Amino acid sequence: MKALAARRHHRAAPVVLLLLALLVTGGVYAVLAPSPATAETASTATDVEEGQRLFQANCATCHGPNAEGTPEAPSLVGVGAAAVDFQVSTGRMPMQMSGPQAAQKPPQMNEEQTAQLAAYVASLGAGPAIPTEEQVDAELGDSANGALLFRTNCAMCHNAVGAGGALSEGKWAPPLDEVSEQNIYQAMLTGPQSMPVFNDANITPDEKRDVIAYLVEQRDGSAGGLTLGSLGPVSEGLWAWVVGLGLMIGAAVWIGAKSS
Amino acid sequence: MSDNQNTPGQDVAARDTAAHPERFEDPGVPAHRSRLTDVDPQAAKRNERLIALIFGISCVGAIASVVVYFAVRPDGTTAGTRLSTALLGVTMAISLLGIGIAAIHWAKSLMSDHEHVDERHTLASSPEVRQVAVQHLADGVEDSGIARRGVLKGAAVSALALFPLTFAVPLISSVGGDWNVSKFRHTLWERNKRLAYDPTGRPIRAADLTVGSAAHVIPEASQEEMQSHEWITEKAKAVVLLVRLNPEDLRSDQSPEGETWSYDGIVAYSKICTHVGCPVALYEQQTHHLLCPCHQSTFDMADGAKVVFGPANRPLPQLPITVDDEGYLVAQDDFAEPIGPSYWERLK
Amino acid sequence: MSTDTSPSTADTPTTPAGKAADYLDQRTSVGGAVKEFARKVFPDHWSFMLGEMALFSFVVLLLTGVFLTMFFDPSMALIEYHGAGPEAMQGQLMSVAFASTLDLSFEVRGGLLMRQIHHWAALVFMASIVVHMMRVFFTGAFRKPREINWLVGTVLMILGLAAGFSGYSLPDDVLSGNGLRITDGVVKSLPVIGSYLSYFIFGGEFPGEHIIPRLFTVHILLVPALILALIGVHLFLMVLHKHTQYPGGGRTHKNVVGYPLFPVYIAKMGGNFFIVFGILALMGATMSINNVWNYGPYDPSPVGAGAQPDWYMLFLEGSLRLMPGAGTEWVIFGYTLPLNVLIPAVVVPGLLFTFLFVYPFLEARVTGDKREHHVLDRPRNVPVRTGLGVAFLTAFIILALAGSNDLIATHFGMSINQITWAFRILFFVGPVLGFWITKRICLGLQRKDRELVLHGHETGRIVRFANGEYIEVHRPLDEQERWLRVNYDAYKPLEIEPATDARGVKRPGYKKDKRWQKLSRFFYEDRVEPVTPAELAAAHSHGEHDEIESAQHSPELVSGAENAEREH
Repeated sequence: MKALAARRHHRAAPVVLLLLALLVTGGVYAVLAPSPATAETASTATDVEEGQRLFQANCATCHGPNAEGTPEAPSLVGVGAAAVDFQVSTGRMPMQMSGPQAAQKPPQMNEEQTAQLAAYVASLGAGPAIPTEEQVDAELGDSANGALLFRTNCAMCHNAVGAGGALSEGKWAPPLDEVSEQNIYQAMLTGPQSMPVFNDANITPDEKRDVIAYLVEQRDGSAGGLTLGSLGPVSEGLWAWVVGLGLMIGAAVWIGAKSS
Repeated sequence: MSDNQNTPGQDVAARDTAAHPERFEDPGVPAHRSRLTDVDPQAAKRNERLIALIFGISCVGAIASVVVYFAVRPDGTTAGTRLSTALLGVTMAISLLGIGIAAIHWAKSLMSDHEHVDERHTLASSPEVRQVAVQHLADGVEDSGIARRGVLKGAAVSALALFPLTFAVPLISSVGGDWNVSKFRHTLWERNKRLAYDPTGRPIRAADLTVGSAAHVIPEASQEEMQSHEWITEKAKAVVLLVRLNPEDLRSDQSPEGETWSYDGIVAYSKICTHVGCPVALYEQQTHHLLCPCHQSTFDMADGAKVVFGPANRPLPQLPITVDDEGYLVAQDDFAEPIGPSYWERLK
Repeated sequence: MSTDTSPSTADTPTTPAGKAADYLDQRTSVGGAVKEFARKVFPDHWSFMLGEMALFSFVVLLLTGVFLTMFFDPSMALIEYHGAGPEAMQGQLMSVAFASTLDLSFEVRGGLLMRQIHHWAALVFMASIVVHMMRVFFTGAFRKPREINWLVGTVLMILGLAAGFSGYSLPDDVLSGNGLRITDGVVKSLPVIGSYLSYFIFGGEFPGEHIIPRLFTVHILLVPALILALIGVHLFLMVLHKHTQYPGGGRTHKNVVGYPLFPVYIAKMGGNFFIVFGILALMGATMSINNVWNYGPYDPSPVGAGAQPDWYMLFLEGSLRLMPGAGTEWVIFGYTLPLNVLIPAVVVPGLLFTFLFVYPFLEARVTGDKREHHVLDRPRNVPVRTGLGVAFLTAFIILALAGSNDLIATHFGMSINQITWAFRILFFVGPVLGFWITKRICLGLQRKDRELVLHGHETGRIVRFANGEYIEVHRPLDEQERWLRVNYDAYKPLEIEPATDARGVKRPGYKKDKRWQKLSRFFYEDRVEPVTPAELAAAHSHGEHDEIESAQHSPELVSGAENAEREH
């Protein structure tokens, strides 16, 4: 009867598993990552010390031994933990080589090291803290309001559904479909690289969550079928030629060919 | 340059011209080649069955489409609509492609493929026909007397030339609204009008803008005001991009002698491109460049919004701003010049 | 030609079908039409179906369009949306046009499918028109007597642009709204009338509250009516002229070789309609297109990255993007002349369309040929025309790519500024290079044809003579293969009368003639003449001669099958 029982539970199993996984992840996260609201206070002195060691080893060449900045790289005094977490957890920093802009790559530091670095930089001067889980929970956001805000403030660079777009001189606004909710929030808050800052007066924390809700909703894809990259009329035109005209001309060749 | 390559051959050709025609003979329509279905009744039978089968699949597709229409109701989710659309479309395609493929295969494999030859006839009518036609026209002209009666011709032509006015004047005079094109010069901005965030309408305090911020700005208005066409049309001219730079990065702005149009590193420029009017909005905070996503005109926000690349010719007009008693950003006045793309009487 | 199928036989009909036919014929003389058309011959070739593809996608546009008009409401009244559309649209302020687009996509079952088929069909309609025009151009099907039909076709293409553009703007979304705004900017740039024309279009200032209903009338009445009427003219002329045919044995300017309309073409054309419709249905079912809810209802402030029009307008977009702005806005007596808009948006497309309108007449003039042409050219046999066509396409494609430069930048990791510069240069260099390379390739292919006719196919079979010489055996062309390669006209540049007449008096019009002759030289200076029978015979005897010389010490080798093959 075991097999039968298993089958009976089968349908609910993924949901249960998912919930469990979420709980576990959340729990682990809560243990590992210091709560952002308390990030600056709760990070221990050892975190800061360890962070400083990591900073000296990985970042000081460009940002200066005390993060005061050099001609190559900006000062990090006052950028806050959120900026560090964004740059390091998306692999943008430490940078491998200079280019039009720092590209996303596999992160070089693990979560603990990232947190230590963030703690160190946060200790240099007050700045935006890492957002709490509740602040980035798409479930709590209003995607309609998010759509409105995204359209006015973000779509011109990141495309209407966050598929990314080009900036000048080889820079680009990255696609957002695989960016974590935390990172989206941090990017708005800190304005990394070319991106302007959208502080809490411009887009309030609740509104930031609305934007996240809108972006997460886009991950369901399109009601019309394949999204074709959500790039708009150019990709649609390309597919019209390749698929539409391709198939039709193929059919025409068949119609015109003599039967054997 | 072409035919010298066979010089020896041409010598011979010159010798043999008399013996050879000037051009090759048309060999005529190639002989018909029998298809498998022409010679093998079995093959014809097989094809017939195949064609019937494809028509049959088409029928199934059509019926399936009806079934899907009633059975798969979209549940309001993206996935639900996607499923309904895909199933309806695929069954429709099966029904259509089935007919198409079957009919063509029928034509290709079973219908006679002997080529027919039709003669073409010269398109021009014969001289006799032309003569008659010309005569008819001449008779008609003669009958009407149009050649003799000059006044009548003039009167008829005048009447015909004038009658379109009865239609065109009411249409054209109404179709352009009030035709008051000087509206291009004015926007909603006026002295002490507060700057507000788009789309929320919250006024902006200067102190709230951090360096590196970009804010999309509309004139402060109530939510009711914003729900009208008048608002949308005015907004189309009034939108502004507000950015805060480090005051030492701000090399210049458009303030005339003796005035200050920016405030503590905060500058406000019209968002409407001076090229063809797209909202220019891609602000790169490190380079202070503002890029238009439509045609890539690039403006330097740190240097009076001068054009640094692309098809625009003029800087974006600057909105003179300052702060009011409560610390909110306000306009000093309307733009000093018409915003947006150039037009004929822009400087008049 | 058989008239068995004609219902109007003299005898009193007995079958129901016969009776019906008799009834109809007595009132419409349909018998004559059936006699005329039922077995009309059409030549068969896949490229003759490109125009059909355009026609059938237009039929699909009409069908799906009727479906859409049942549910679309072209009103710009503003409402707060609450409906079956996506979560992100709920509660937003939008026009009724946008809201009804959402409703017909999400509430009407199959509505989204019809909308997507409609839009895909529009893209394919324009694409197949372009490919059809390319076929007609490169094969010279626009020559006498078809010049007028080429003009009709070109007007149809332009009407297609108008239909597409007006339809694309109807949902009143941000993307198409910005397209309208660009249109407004271009219209305003026109000297003297610009501002007033803008008011004319929008009923006041942009965007106002009239544009969507106006575009709706244009899109569903004005433009389609014109297109339908012109399609009628286009097809009437096609039937009147009888279809062109590719060169080949038995195909002349005086006949048409192919299959009868009934039943073969009815089946093939009808079948092709269902295939075109089926492919469009498949696309509409599986590939999303123009998801307006992603762009949101029109608002003059936002714009999305990748702000582009549908593909057929990309050349205009690219033209606008490429034009450098510095120093191109002139002020004359206080009036502004924005050349940075006028040149790319008016002059460039003007030149492109003028080329299309004028070309058939230009070619006829420099060719000096007044005959009717019903057998198509192989593109290689008219190198300059083919080169000009490629140059035109190169310019068009470079402009379209320039209109996509932001996507090229992101997808190939390049700088948008460098791409723009590269395209600015390529726009001038590309067509010239395209022309030159194509012309060279055409001349090369013609020489290869001559070579083939004169010496036959290489067989790869090597024969060694007794004296140690090796030769490759060539297989001569059969007469059909040869006919294809020798049956063309190699026009020579125009010859004109001398500058002075016999009495030494200057001839009026000489200068004009001289200019035409120059142009004619450009067309026909470089040419490859077709092989004549005499040349072929000479080549053979020369070959034989060669052979005998080389093999004189062993005459037995020049006999037998191999010799027979070489002899041709």
